[in-house]
Amino acid sequence: MEFLRDFLDFMRSRKKYWLAPIVIFLIIIGFLFVFASSSAAGSLVYTLF
Amino acid sequence: MIILGLSGLYHDSAAALIINGKIIAAAQEERFSRIKYDNKFPKHAIQFCLKNANVSLSQIDAVCFYDKPFIKFERIIESHIAIVPRGLLSFISSMPIWIKEKIFFKKLIKEKFRELGKIDWQKTKLLFSEHHLSHAASSYFVSNFSESAIIVLDGVGEWATTSIFHGVENNIEVKKEIHFPHSIGLLYSAFTYYLGFKVNSGEYKLMGLAPYGNIDSPETQLFIKKIKTDLVWIKSDGSYQLNMDYYKFVSGNRMCKEKKWERLFNLKKRFPDSKINQSHCNLAMAIQEVTKELIINLAREAKRITNSNSLCLAGGVALNCVVNGELERLEIFDNIFVQPASGDAGGALGAALVTDKIYFKLFSKITFSPYLGPEFSNEYIESTLKKLGANYEKSKDVTKLAAKEIYNQKVVGWFQGKSEFGPRALGNRSILGDPRSKTMQSKINLKIKFREDFRPFAPSVLKEYASSYFKIKKESPFMLFVYPLLDQLTGSRIIGDIDFQLKNKNCVYPSITHVDNSARVQTVDSNDNPSFYKLIHEFGNLSNCYMVVNTSFNVRGEPIVNSPFDAFRCFMETEMDVLVIGDYVLKKELQPKWTKRKKIELD
Repeated sequence: MEFLRDFLDFMRSRKKYWLAPIVIFLIIIGFLFVFASSSAAGSLVYTLF
Repeated sequence: MIILGLSGLYHDSAAALIINGKIIAAAQEERFSRIKYDNKFPKHAIQFCLKNANVSLSQIDAVCFYDKPFIKFERIIESHIAIVPRGLLSFISSMPIWIKEKIFFKKLIKEKFRELGKIDWQKTKLLFSEHHLSHAASSYFVSNFSESAIIVLDGVGEWATTSIFHGVENNIEVKKEIHFPHSIGLLYSAFTYYLGFKVNSGEYKLMGLAPYGNIDSPETQLFIKKIKTDLVWIKSDGSYQLNMDYYKFVSGNRMCKEKKWERLFNLKKRFPDSKINQSHCNLAMAIQEVTKELIINLAREAKRITNSNSLCLAGGVALNCVVNGELERLEIFDNIFVQPASGDAGGALGAALVTDKIYFKLFSKITFSPYLGPEFSNEYIESTLKKLGANYEKSKDVTKLAAKEIYNQKVVGWFQGKSEFGPRALGNRSILGDPRSKTMQSKINLKIKFREDFRPFAPSVLKEYASSYFKIKKESPFMLFVYPLLDQLTGSRIIGDIDFQLKNKNCVYPSITHVDNSARVQTVDSNDNPSFYKLIHEFGNLSNCYMVVNTSFNVRGEPIVNSPFDAFRCFMETEMDVLVIGDYVLKKELQPKWTKRKKIELD
């Protein structure tokens, strides 16, 4: 939550709202990779890429 | 008010502690971890600072990190988008560490602090200062100027690579910035890379190589012309622009496009530890000349904007003491101050000062000494020496004894008091020798520090005698300005290849002067470092030479020694003759057998 609040503050003060989708996308990808390396979701990741 | 400043996670992590406006302690993580330019979270440095001040984590009012990770992330994303589809591989390789931890930096810091002890983040503020503001503060607030122009020059922080600030009392206002990828630091690093040295650590070798070049040779002049027409465009307002067609640091993992550079200079990229020829020296001189021009232009612009009589320099490029010396001689400003920990380690001190002066608006006069690191009692030193089975003698006057050994052409390891903050050994963690000796430079370089023979050593000279040897008008307590030796102490410049020049220096003090008869001078004041002052004075009484060779107490590839154990190990693994550590004196021939460690790594 703290991260989201800080990130929103950052986008607001820097007026860089267009960064949001990129960061969200990267974080999702990041989580998928971490998750995939230790669970059955690995097959899903391989299908995606 | 207890404030802890932190730097790191890129390179050269450090911590600095300020209590009620007084700088209590500061240290680089590398000194404890023994990894040069260690970039990990500075947990040992924090522990040292807190222990030194006898405060606990829970008592800290604010922790300030020296840059803003979100803005850095923004820069990485934007600069990669600007060159799409190039740079895809570099983007993919840099993202995991960001997604994994750096973007969640606040969380990371809190986790790291949890490993150190209990801290209440409701009470303790966690702040982030801008990278160049931290650098600016690290110099301006310790300079004792109440008003000053400030120039920050480094590779890159968040976006800014070059900044002009104006400091007035407790305020620092940004006046002008040049943004990534246009950067003097990265330009210099590109040449460091091209000439076969390691980026982020070999820049000072490039600076040391430059004087072997011949400024009058047509090749050097051609190199200068090509750099200015193809690699960097210098503007009349002090700004500049890199021609990105020649660089690869945004889109790849290399500094420059070697093939294009080879075509431009008609010179092959030099590989590490391969032979250095005259063209390499000429190219080093060319980039040094261009860097000098860039910085002088910026200084003139800073003067125009601020109309100040004083200048503070900070950032890694401010360690280019050849340029600093030239700036002083030009007298654009009456006073120039450079803080000894000018690189990223100093950012920790800067972040703490930004918090103290700008965030909390505390008005206290800061007194600065570079001796901010760990200190060891005689009891501790003796118990360490006993454990190591060393043969030692206790002396009531180690300065006299050390001076006599130096006079007898011995190389002395000198370990006293608190260690220095920053890359320079200023007389507390130093290797000392006789500056009059013709062989001392070679002996210390090859047999003690195991480093390249071409690299010169610096003199530490008593303040009141400095002008008897050098063309110097002001103090230089931190060894950050280069001055020429007096004309009567030098002969004409020797022309020839690097080995010939090195072996045929034409001056009275060959061990401390470069081939161009210049030296990176440290002036020693009796109030700043009484025991070091006394040692040089004793040596002067014997030799009538009131200066010594002073180089950092370490070997190639290792950080400066931190503890008595590090000092003893360095002493035993090199051909150093004598070690003076606290009140104890150790002679090499009396020591037990010592097993040598692994091969020295390149730095």
